[in-house]
Amino acid sequence: MLRALALVERDMRKFRRSPALLFASLGLPLVQLIILGNAFGGSIKNVNLGVVNLDHGPKSVDVIERLRAVGANARIFLPTDYADEGTAVGDLREGNLGAVLIIPRHYSRDLLEQHQPRLALITDNSEQTVAGAVGSAMTALVNSINTPEVSPREPRQAALDVVEVYPYINYIKYLLPGSVALAIFVTAMIGGGMLFIDDKSRGLHEGYMVTPITKWELILGFNLSGVIKGVLAGMTLLVLGALVAQVPNFFEPVRLLGLTVMVILTSIAFIGMMFFLMARISDPLVPRAIFGVLNTLLFFPSGAVYPIAGFPHWLRVIAECDPFTYAVHGLRTLLLKDVGITAIGADVLALVLTSAFVLAGATLLFRRTL
Amino acid sequence: MAAENGFAIQVQNLSKRFGALQAVNDVSFTVKRGEIFGLLGPNGAGKSTLIRMMTTLVPPSSGTAIVAGHDIIRDPNAVRERIGVIPQNMTSDPELTCAENIGIHARLYGITGARRRAKTLELLEAVGLRDRAGALASTLSGGMRRRLEIARGIVHDPEILFLDEPTTGLDPVSRVSVWEMIGHLRVEQGRTLLLTTHYMDEADRLCDRIAIVDRGHVVALDTPVALKASVPGASRIEVQFEPDLPGGGAELQVLPAVKSVRPLGSATYRISSDRGPASAQELVELARDRKLELKSLSVASTTLDDVFLHYTGHALAEVAETAPAGGHMRGGH
Repeated sequence: MLRALALVERDMRKFRRSPALLFASLGLPLVQLIILGNAFGGSIKNVNLGVVNLDHGPKSVDVIERLRAVGANARIFLPTDYADEGTAVGDLREGNLGAVLIIPRHYSRDLLEQHQPRLALITDNSEQTVAGAVGSAMTALVNSINTPEVSPREPRQAALDVVEVYPYINYIKYLLPGSVALAIFVTAMIGGGMLFIDDKSRGLHEGYMVTPITKWELILGFNLSGVIKGVLAGMTLLVLGALVAQVPNFFEPVRLLGLTVMVILTSIAFIGMMFFLMARISDPLVPRAIFGVLNTLLFFPSGAVYPIAGFPHWLRVIAECDPFTYAVHGLRTLLLKDVGITAIGADVLALVLTSAFVLAGATLLFRRTL
Repeated sequence: MAAENGFAIQVQNLSKRFGALQAVNDVSFTVKRGEIFGLLGPNGAGKSTLIRMMTTLVPPSSGTAIVAGHDIIRDPNAVRERIGVIPQNMTSDPELTCAENIGIHARLYGITGARRRAKTLELLEAVGLRDRAGALASTLSGGMRRRLEIARGIVHDPEILFLDEPTTGLDPVSRVSVWEMIGHLRVEQGRTLLLTTHYMDEADRLCDRIAIVDRGHVVALDTPVALKASVPGASRIEVQFEPDLPGGGAELQVLPAVKSVRPLGSATYRISSDRGPASAQELVELARDRKLELKSLSVASTTLDDVFLHYTGHALAEVAETAPAGGHMRGGH
């Protein structure tokens, strides 16, 4: 057992001497967290809306007033008047407008005569997110037009009120658990997989194998030092990320304890997985070559950036087999929901089972001879 | 302790096959305690594979060896505790300092605490790296790095030390300092040393006994003196006449003590003789009788090169050049 500590000491001395590994491991997830966290999930604002009023009656004025109200408050639209449809659609195609609203001829008359007039919204669907936001804002506006100004004696319409159980969650907070898991993953890749193969090809392992260190002590030593590095990277990103994303009550002790447990378990699972994959590899190019593929294959299906509920069936199967998924889910549960440790039981179990599987596999594959 | 019979190493019918390549073929020999034993042969002869089997790094295909009293197959860990290995490829960690490299190796042998610190300093002193204790191994010259490897290899006072090509790639000055160190290792500790080399002068200078290894076989084994004496034609003479001797040197063959004559072209002949100086004198007289000028004349006693040529049928350098690169062992770089 004590001999395994020689490998840990070696890695810690190197790690302390050149913390480059820590920066390398934190760089990608931290930049991703800050850039993606702010780029995605913001509400759409200031879309230029061309308004072609072919009616000019009192009800069309009502529509335009409501538009201006939305423009002034929620600032989703910046309405501009257009005299004819052709010019407005031309500007839409050229990208000067985000959408065009057409109020048809005889709109006011048809409305009063209950002929169900139709407003037309032409959207630029090459920008799907913008088109979607404008569409739903306009639907709300039309619904408000339809609402009778005097309430009937007995309201006949059911209404849906959405209640959010947690404080407002912006995208950067949603992304944070994935970034923490990614920091651990990158450390496992660089400080685990690549270092292991590089040391092997540089002959350092040969130097260890001529000593009485046992196979078990070698495996323990390699994994333990990897896990320590993974925990350091994960905890550093967790604290930095929580400060950047302004997670409320982050430093609450019980929650912090739960998060630490998740980071440790995630590190064991990821380092073990890397060791399992690299046990029989000796070409230093292999870990570099599979880095990108592994990253995409494990990080993106995990629900770190987009909810698993939106995946096609086959991708959901990958997500369910992916230890990243449980790491992200467990961390997210603790970070965004103010719940006890019991809520992450399934995630803890999944990570423990993954660790047991990969470490058993690695032990079977690992050879103590050249 | 080593076996009571006085042998540090007993190699018994060791063989190793890598796919179609028979790297080591039924090799047996014994190394006495306190001896410096050399395995001499070109690259690809199977020396490294032999040493890797004896040091438990590579499992043999068949046969075994008793090293420091323990069987390499049945009790490899007991062997590992009693041997020190300085592999051919530098295996010290370039990103650690000299002191750290030794200290971490000590820990791999279960040496910790104050004993570890004392041992580290003692060894740095012994290999002349005391003032480089805090320097990264990557900043050392080739010779210093090799000395660091040696210090690391003896951190646990091994009974037997294996050195795989200890001076390959070193400049002449560093080679001499490593040679001196190898001499000390034996003199001070009474330790058994087994080294491999493809340098004749190194084997000649350092080793008590030499096994000549060629294509996976041990083709000769004895002291350097006995090996040289076993080659017929103990002296080698090279002579050049001006103008050339008529008859392609046939008359040289009949000179007393001459064993063989080989024309080298340009009126130059290589002559093997049992009595070098006497033959040289005969050549001078022959040239005077024939009114020929002797452009050059050199007399050398037999070297291990000649021994190698005699036992393998080819020169050492020839094999080194034509041996398949890296084909003799896995993990060779």
